[in-house]
Amino acid sequence: MDNLNHLLEGFAHVATPMNLLLALIGVTIGTAVGVLPGIGPAMTVALLLPVTYGMEPTQAFIMFAGIFYGGMYGGSTTSILLNTPGESSSVVTAIEGNKMAKTGRAAQALATAAIGSFVAGTIGTLLLVFVAPLVVEFAVSLGAPDYFALMLLSFVAVTAVLGSSRIRGFASLLVGLVIGIVGIDSVSGQQRLTFGVPQLADGIDVVVVAVGIFAVGEALWVAAHLRRKPAGVIPVGVPWMGREDWKRSWKPWLRGAAFGFPFGAMPAGGAEIPTFLSYATEKKLTKHPEQFGKGAIEGVAGPEAANNASAAGTLVPMLAIGLPTNATAAVMLAAFQSYGIQPGPLLFERESGLVWALIASLFIGNLLLLLLNLPLAPAWARLLRIPRPYLYAGIVFFASMGAYAVNAQPLDLFLLLTLGLIGFAMRRFGLPVLPLIIGVILGPRAELQGRRSLQLSGGELSGLLGGPVSYVIYTVIVLVLAWPLVRRYIARPLVERRA
Amino acid sequence: MSLDVNERNDSGSRQSEGGDRAQYGVCAFLALLGVLVIVDATGIAHSTSSTDPIGPRTVPMLLGVLLLVIALVYVVDVARGGRAEPESGEDVDLTNAIDWRTVLLLIGAFVVNAVLIEPLGWVISGALLFWGTAFALGNRHYVRNLAIAVSLSLITFYAFAIGLGVNLPAGVLQGIL
Repeated sequence: MDNLNHLLEGFAHVATPMNLLLALIGVTIGTAVGVLPGIGPAMTVALLLPVTYGMEPTQAFIMFAGIFYGGMYGGSTTSILLNTPGESSSVVTAIEGNKMAKTGRAAQALATAAIGSFVAGTIGTLLLVFVAPLVVEFAVSLGAPDYFALMLLSFVAVTAVLGSSRIRGFASLLVGLVIGIVGIDSVSGQQRLTFGVPQLADGIDVVVVAVGIFAVGEALWVAAHLRRKPAGVIPVGVPWMGREDWKRSWKPWLRGAAFGFPFGAMPAGGAEIPTFLSYATEKKLTKHPEQFGKGAIEGVAGPEAANNASAAGTLVPMLAIGLPTNATAAVMLAAFQSYGIQPGPLLFERESGLVWALIASLFIGNLLLLLLNLPLAPAWARLLRIPRPYLYAGIVFFASMGAYAVNAQPLDLFLLLTLGLIGFAMRRFGLPVLPLIIGVILGPRAELQGRRSLQLSGGELSGLLGGPVSYVIYTVIVLVLAWPLVRRYIARPLVERRA
Repeated sequence: MSLDVNERNDSGSRQSEGGDRAQYGVCAFLALLGVLVIVDATGIAHSTSSTDPIGPRTVPMLLGVLLLVIALVYVVDVARGGRAEPESGEDVDLTNAIDWRTVLLLIGAFVVNAVLIEPLGWVISGALLFWGTAFALGNRHYVRNLAIAVSLSLITFYAFAIGLGVNLPAGVLQGIL
């Protein structure tokens, strides 16, 4: 019940006219930027970081909560009306949603996505209220070796589980880790990889890295392969659903939420797996299997719910342990750090007011999103028609402004360009982006925890094996790494036996 | 997706024989980065103490070695025909080769902004950036773009630098804005 009291206090904190206005602005620009093709939630959050500079932390995070859910939601509009998923978790929505739109049911697809996102987002945020404090209790008991093991696990998980090639995933992670060590070593005070450039002593700002890799990299990549003809946008009315649509949607919403939340909270869980699971489940359970692949409403309702519930789930490890499990959370973590706030178990104690205000504003943002999106869908759809040169010029413009504003030094703009070129090359050669971002953010902290563990043991390597928690984590790491080998030797005899 | 790749290779692309050679460049980059990290690490005065038995050198050394290892594994993978798909997207048409002219123009616009932002100020350099990027991407409405670029940079300057106190330089327009 303690949590509910905290949450009520959070609501009391947020419910001032000024704060509600900030939440509304956050949701509006989050949706607007998220709807724009080519901009996923992570880039939305990274690009909009500077908007919150110069605000109080609480206000900034109220606005941020809106941007976060708005950006998550905006992608579904693009998928349905343009058949162009901005990121892999919207792929399923695009499959069925765009088919629905093509058969004249865009209004119903948008409505089930919006209402499903609201239902799942609310359930997910409620779960966050109850689960996060439990995770905090657990996290408080962890020592430096356990944290070190946990960070190693997220490195291994994001590189080995996601993406098609482990080699390319590890290459991306290593580049991220190298970017992470630039600057003054936090333990000994020695400069590393600064090449005598004084501005590099503080390290490369995570915001610059995220904006460079996501926004500038994307702009360069699109410039290289720009599609010269405009995309066809399907006209849309105000979203609504008939009785039959409601009947077919509510169960997929709930099941999608149940899939999404736990996966969001896991390292490398992300939103892709639960959206696919939800899609497969709905396809199996539906009474209208003949419509799947041709525009089944269940195939939009379930995956969209899973997508949003996983976004709420992502916040559990991010707030409670300081562990980002996807790119959007990684950028959010960077936002916290830019206010000198370190997410983790102590956050709930030290910044209790801030955390609960943030969580309360997630509920409010979710509601505003629904109120804003149902009547305004035609207006958002119009954003899809922005001429591409303006869209990408705008991205580069705001990316440069944001990167410069972090430290007010032109050097950051050259760093931004360099990182953009790295992002460009990564897109060209199919290297995943997430391991790099996770490496930059978690690398320095993993090094710190590792060195702290060894301090405690006086340099003995056994110091890295803390207690039962780290034993379990290392076992999981070995299993994840060994999985392809295991699969090869287990799967082959099975196939042979069958033959 | 794999179908697309095959079709492209069949239609006489240079990449059809021996896989995607340009990937060796990625391996070379990783190896160079590894060497750079190791060289830099050896230049750090190494101090271990009872309070810091690892010192500032160990982690970069480890990373450097891992980079060299992954570069090697990558080379083997490429030699065996390993390749990953370039990222697709809504505005991306992968059937054409990379349009270097557009990319270089865009980089040019970016560099102009980075060089001019302090002397001339954000309003001028940002407008040039927007205008230049739109031009690079093939928009030829010069006057309309200039109007959009200038109003965009004025709006952002007033909203962020003056309204929210974000660091954006006024440059030569100091006192006029």
